Amino acid sequence: MPPNLIAAKPLPQHKLNIDLKDVLFRASLPLLAMLAALLIGAVLLLLLRANPFQAYAAMVTGVFGSTSGFTQSLTKATPLLLVGLGICIAFRASVINIGAEGQIILGALAATWFSLAFRHWPGWLLIPAVLLVSFLAGAIWGFIPGILKARLSVNEILSTVMMNAIALQLMNLLIRGPLMDPAGIAAGTYLAQSERIPEQAWLPRLVPQTLLHAGAILAVVLAVLVYIFLWRTTIGYRIRAVGLNPDASRYAGINVSVYQALSLTLAGAFAGLAGAVEVIGVQHRLLEGITSGYGFSGIVAALFGGLHPLGLVPASWLFGSLLVGADKMQRAVQVPSALIDTILGLVVLFVVASNLLSRRWSSRRTIEISATEEVNS
Amino acid sequence: MTEILSAAVIVGILTSAIRLATPYLFASIGEAFAQTSGVLNLGVDGIMLMGAFSAFYVTLHTGNVWLGALAAMLVGLLMGLLMSLISVTFKAEQGISGIGLYMFGLGLSSLLFKVLVGTVYTISGFPVIKIPFLSQIPYIGQIFFQHSLPVYAAFLLVPLAWWLLDKTTWGLKIKSVGQNPAAADSLGVNVDRVRYFSVCLGAVLAGLAGASLSTALVNLFQENLTAGLGFIAVALVYFGGWRPLGILAGALLFSVVNAFQLWLQVLGVNIQSDVAVMLPYLLTIAVLAFSMNRVRQPAALNKPFERGEN
Amino acid sequence: MRIRALFIVSLIVVMLATACGGGQQTAPAGGGEAAKPFRIAVVMPSATTDMAFSQSMWSALKAVQAEMGGEAALEIKYSENMFKVPDAAAAIRDYASQGFNIVIAHGSQYGASVEEIAKDFPNTTFAWGTDVNTFGLPNVYAYTAAAEQGGYVNGVMAAMLTKSKLIGVTGPIEVGDAKTYIDGFVQGVAAVDPSITVSKTWTGSFSDVALMTEAAKTHIAAGADVLTGSSQSVVGSIGAAKEAGNVLWFGTQQDQASLAPELVVASQVYDWTALIKQMIANYKEGKLGGITYVLELKNDGLKIAFNPGFALPDNVKAAAEKAIADIKSGAITVNP
Repeated sequence: MPPNLIAAKPLPQHKLNIDLKDVLFRASLPLLAMLAALLIGAVLLLLLRANPFQAYAAMVTGVFGSTSGFTQSLTKATPLLLVGLGICIAFRASVINIGAEGQIILGALAATWFSLAFRHWPGWLLIPAVLLVSFLAGAIWGFIPGILKARLSVNEILSTVMMNAIALQLMNLLIRGPLMDPAGIAAGTYLAQSERIPEQAWLPRLVPQTLLHAGAILAVVLAVLVYIFLWRTTIGYRIRAVGLNPDASRYAGINVSVYQALSLTLAGAFAGLAGAVEVIGVQHRLLEGITSGYGFSGIVAALFGGLHPLGLVPASWLFGSLLVGADKMQRAVQVPSALIDTILGLVVLFVVASNLLSRRWSSRRTIEISATEEVNS
Repeated sequence: MTEILSAAVIVGILTSAIRLATPYLFASIGEAFAQTSGVLNLGVDGIMLMGAFSAFYVTLHTGNVWLGALAAMLVGLLMGLLMSLISVTFKAEQGISGIGLYMFGLGLSSLLFKVLVGTVYTISGFPVIKIPFLSQIPYIGQIFFQHSLPVYAAFLLVPLAWWLLDKTTWGLKIKSVGQNPAAADSLGVNVDRVRYFSVCLGAVLAGLAGASLSTALVNLFQENLTAGLGFIAVALVYFGGWRPLGILAGALLFSVVNAFQLWLQVLGVNIQSDVAVMLPYLLTIAVLAFSMNRVRQPAALNKPFERGEN
Repeated sequence: MRIRALFIVSLIVVMLATACGGGQQTAPAGGGEAAKPFRIAVVMPSATTDMAFSQSMWSALKAVQAEMGGEAALEIKYSENMFKVPDAAAAIRDYASQGFNIVIAHGSQYGASVEEIAKDFPNTTFAWGTDVNTFGLPNVYAYTAAAEQGGYVNGVMAAMLTKSKLIGVTGPIEVGDAKTYIDGFVQGVAAVDPSITVSKTWTGSFSDVALMTEAAKTHIAAGADVLTGSSQSVVGSIGAAKEAGNVLWFGTQQDQASLAPELVVASQVYDWTALIKQMIANYKEGKLGGITYVLELKNDGLKIAFNPGFALPDNVKAAAEKAIADIKSGAITVNP
């Protein structure tokens, strides 16, 4: 790679004249890939003697047929979006963050501990404080692999996988020790859950009788902020430069490892927020299994959103709907839940494979456009 | 605390560690092949689950554990072809396609178990083979020479993989494709074919890693039998710096500490069990962080190759 | 052109699916008016085949169904692996709005969801566990299992059967009935012979079979000749005992004799059938809940399933029977 690459090939700027046909096509490809995967799912359903039409109809009506289904898809999208934003920042610096599971746990632990320890605080103070503390706790859990990578070149996949296991055991330690619900101890059930957090720490519900909470709005606002951060600030620009071409960035005077560590720290912070939002928005206490696998599904949501903060908003909702609809389908045709995982795995594989076609398409169009421009000039 | 240093306990720890290291050796060395050729496969756990289920299912029905192992290899190969198709031919983002493969393998193995088997059965897997003479050596014999066949196979895989990677043309091709695919391509190496081969070889080994669990170490299958073991296996590849000997060191370190913490608990040493369980993970990071020998990863790792790219 | 065609095809598929959904919904949900079956839905955190907690509820429902006369008399629907609480909450609400008579939320993590949803469906019975809190609602049952009681009985037998005076416990995480069962087990052993050592290992996971197996092998290498433990991953411990050949096993939650017919001495079995039958009977009389139900030896919710394949010495069996009788009568109290 020539060292003057940065000068030769500027980072892609956002054009204002968005080509509608291009956007539509690129958005429809993943949807088509999804349909193809669902088609294979239909074969599996037939093999299990379930009616695929009934199953998929339930999937669609499960999300769009009722308020509860629709709000649930938004509720699920919230942690996916938050985790996905972190994944997105890390990916832009070409760092793979497998550690969101552990970072969610740290955020959830911090949220639970803080809201119980300062339970006399009023809500307007407690909620922001809880969010801040969880943001920091997740950030610390992202900073450790970040600094290990920057200073000691420990690969982030290794450290984040290990940190996930460590976070899990840390939670086990606390949940059967200082954080265990005193009511469970008194009743002799010793359940793996904390005391319920005080009511003023709960995020307000947006729709009564559903789980949809204010965290959904917070997540969307943060998505916009992350977009501004990555595309409108110097730090964001450098993070992207590091991801696009580390060698050229280094030559341009950017400290590559520092920006990679920073991106991991931010990724951890957003996952930590997801943990907090699950505690104060949905569960109202710490439970065994609080992460719900969002650390991994967040990666998938980030892909669906084209690793772009704004693309993530519809993408995490789409993925959330897929999860909600799939559950509804399981209830409607009574198939083992493992079928759902299988179909979701296929959806991910098909969508990720369809990216090639999408890239081919856009590069061809770029050539066409530049050709016409040349002719015009 | 003094008990932990007695000869019997040390022998016990090392014997356990040899067993515990077995699935990691298969899976990590397999992953090392894939990564050396430039493909990051995060779906190892899913392949292991499919391998574990097929080996279990075939053994349950035929009573022949060799057929079981063969089935695991075949299913591993199929999963490897799927991964190569998506990551090499379709040039997908590898970190994410691996997670898709994991979800698919986890789901399908559980589904098949539920539909075809329904409840947990134990099977008689590979028997323990005491190697004549060698197994009689005090201490050493018990630690190294009283195991089932897959355990020996996993350890023999280390020199075999080293030879294949470092001493054969094939190994050279795999490395060149992972370091500089464009140069390899210009020398007439078929980059995609080498990557297909490496990913599939890795997947076959991951299938065997699963089989070593379900037909040698635990002799049963259950939904999510591996419980995330495949992700640790991927991590150990980085610990070992893509070299079979380094991976052996990593797998042994992790397993020795894991066996050690079990003995700490059994002997009633005053330590919180959760802290004990954390130890292998903590130490693996710590040892890597403070060891000076660092290997640069294959330059083209995680980068799909497109011909004619500048 | 091709793209447009693909678009249209996908649009048609989506519309077809939605249309079929509409058609499906207009079809009457219930059958004829002659004999409407009683309807129970259950939401479970793990699989119906986990050989442990979820399976115990699932087999109880199936048993009650068979007793009542099959699907015509009792319709059962299930959602398994609902370890994500929001999903479980959606399932619980969904089943309730479909008009199920009883909705069972089979996980202690579902409490808050049950409390919220039960208020919206006053004519539906909700049951949840394991916990003891009905939230003061007239249509909620709470249920739990006094696992320590069967643990005590198993402990008494284990203490009489060990020759090495070393007993190994392979547990997942020290919480819930994994903890209370083992607390009772330790008390049972101590009641027979306080000089026996019970050593415990925890793997920090409910599902890590490989580590659980190795934990059991470690106990055996240290000299233990009797093992017990809980969670779905103990199938690995049973396998290790089987491989050793001369190590005995005590089970809990489900009858585990089938896994090692020569070595499993007895299992504490959770039997939810009495609870289910009581809820159905109460429902038909118009009483929808407000009751906390504890599975105990006394009410036959807990049973000790002796393995007929294992030749249990008479004096051991007699001691076990006596412990059961004493716990039932209250002569012995076991504290979790």
